[in-house]
Amino acid sequence: MSSNNDMNLLLKIWRQPDAQTKGELVDYNVTGISPDSSFLEMLDVLNEQLVTKGEDPVVFDHDCREGICGMCSLFINGEAHGPGKSITTCQLHMRSFKDGDTIYIEPFRATAMPVIKDLVVDRTSMEKIQQAGGYVSINTSGNTQDANALPIPKADADAAFDAATCIGCGACIATCKNASAMLFLSAKVSQFALLPQGKVEGAERVKNMVRVMDEEGFGNCTNTGACEVECPKGISLDNIARMNREYLSASLAD
Amino acid sequence: MSPLKGFFNSSVARKFWMAITGLFLVTFLLVHLAVNLVMFAGQDAFNLATHFMATNPLIQVMQYVLAAGFIVHIWMGIKLTLQNRAARPIKYAYENAAASSTWASRNMIYSGGLVLVFLVIHMRNFFYHMKFTENVGTYNLDGVVMHNDFELVTGLFGIWYYVVIYVLAFIALGLHLNHGFQSAFQSAGWKNSNWKGLMQTMGTAFSAIIAVGFSAIAIYFFFNPAQ
Repeated sequence: MSSNNDMNLLLKIWRQPDAQTKGELVDYNVTGISPDSSFLEMLDVLNEQLVTKGEDPVVFDHDCREGICGMCSLFINGEAHGPGKSITTCQLHMRSFKDGDTIYIEPFRATAMPVIKDLVVDRTSMEKIQQAGGYVSINTSGNTQDANALPIPKADADAAFDAATCIGCGACIATCKNASAMLFLSAKVSQFALLPQGKVEGAERVKNMVRVMDEEGFGNCTNTGACEVECPKGISLDNIARMNREYLSASLAD
Repeated sequence: MSPLKGFFNSSVARKFWMAITGLFLVTFLLVHLAVNLVMFAGQDAFNLATHFMATNPLIQVMQYVLAAGFIVHIWMGIKLTLQNRAARPIKYAYENAAASSTWASRNMIYSGGLVLVFLVIHMRNFFYHMKFTENVGTYNLDGVVMHNDFELVTGLFGIWYYVVIYVLAFIALGLHLNHGFQSAFQSAGWKNSNWKGLMQTMGTAFSAIIAVGFSAIAIYFFFNPAQ
């Protein structure tokens, strides 16, 4: 279905066959894009055009397409998940652009997140951080008590829940000039540190997660605050301060 | 893990020491500005103030602590910057960093580098002469013989290009402090949303006081040469 509002765009897309081969930006003209389509749907249209012509389609990550799973990535015109605040790329719509625009589409860039192909990066390093302590290992099964039997201040419960909304997409790392994973890590630490079940393993958790983050080659946080601005879930910098506090007091106790 | 390893050797720890040394250098700036302001009270008062700074035993000890503070801060700054560059070897073709952060926060290594260049010039022009050479005239105040530091300082403030370098250095320092002051509290874990606004305001006010305060003294004595 086409209308007069349809857009024609010049896309500059990063193409890279695999991790070993050097990549480059390649120009693509797409036509007949509805302003109501999402950014990923626009890429679907491009890929259909490429497949029809017998060319290799552009590989990009996506899954739920409703802003929950954290799979879609992309660095669009210099911003993680493109222009617009508190959204993932799947929630970005083409009405945010104008007919005739040139759009740069690049993969998230970090030593710790190497390109697999085109726009898809390997986010295993984030999984490794999570595996180093992003869980509660105390036994809570068998004689489970009523959750309300543990009094938790409303403010703490809310802050823990806000931290837990992190979808692990990696936008914070992609947008940070240092490719630091501190906002991601601090959300994962905070969601437990604020609650009684998480506090008991708090010291070991934060030390192990920071150690793995450093080992994976992420940069150091310099408090530019870019991560908080670009985070689709609005994870607060407060979490980083809390994590620093947790880490420093845990290390001092060693 | 060996004791306290994480407190000295990790990304979070390096930022902590960056913050602690930064806040320590901030207190030094306040003391330095206070001494400089004594210039407005005249030659006697300023020479007496610098004589105190040159002879007080506590200040003599603190000199070495201060030097250590500078060395750790500079060394950490360079190390962190190199690590951060290695964390993203391939740059984005299209950057729009201004959409999410301030210029000052992204360029601390450059504002800090300019301050370091100035520091070397400054040490050569003032500290070296005050401490190690006898190129400074003597001044007799009520029988006590001391350096005529007032003459040394006003002499340099009479040279236009020196004043220009001086003011530029303090603009760089002001930008550095505007991010650094509040950033230190974040790195040390002493911040949350309730305090964020106040700390940023305090940081901006402090940066302005330092940049304007030091610059104003140099500019004043350029236009009003001491007799």
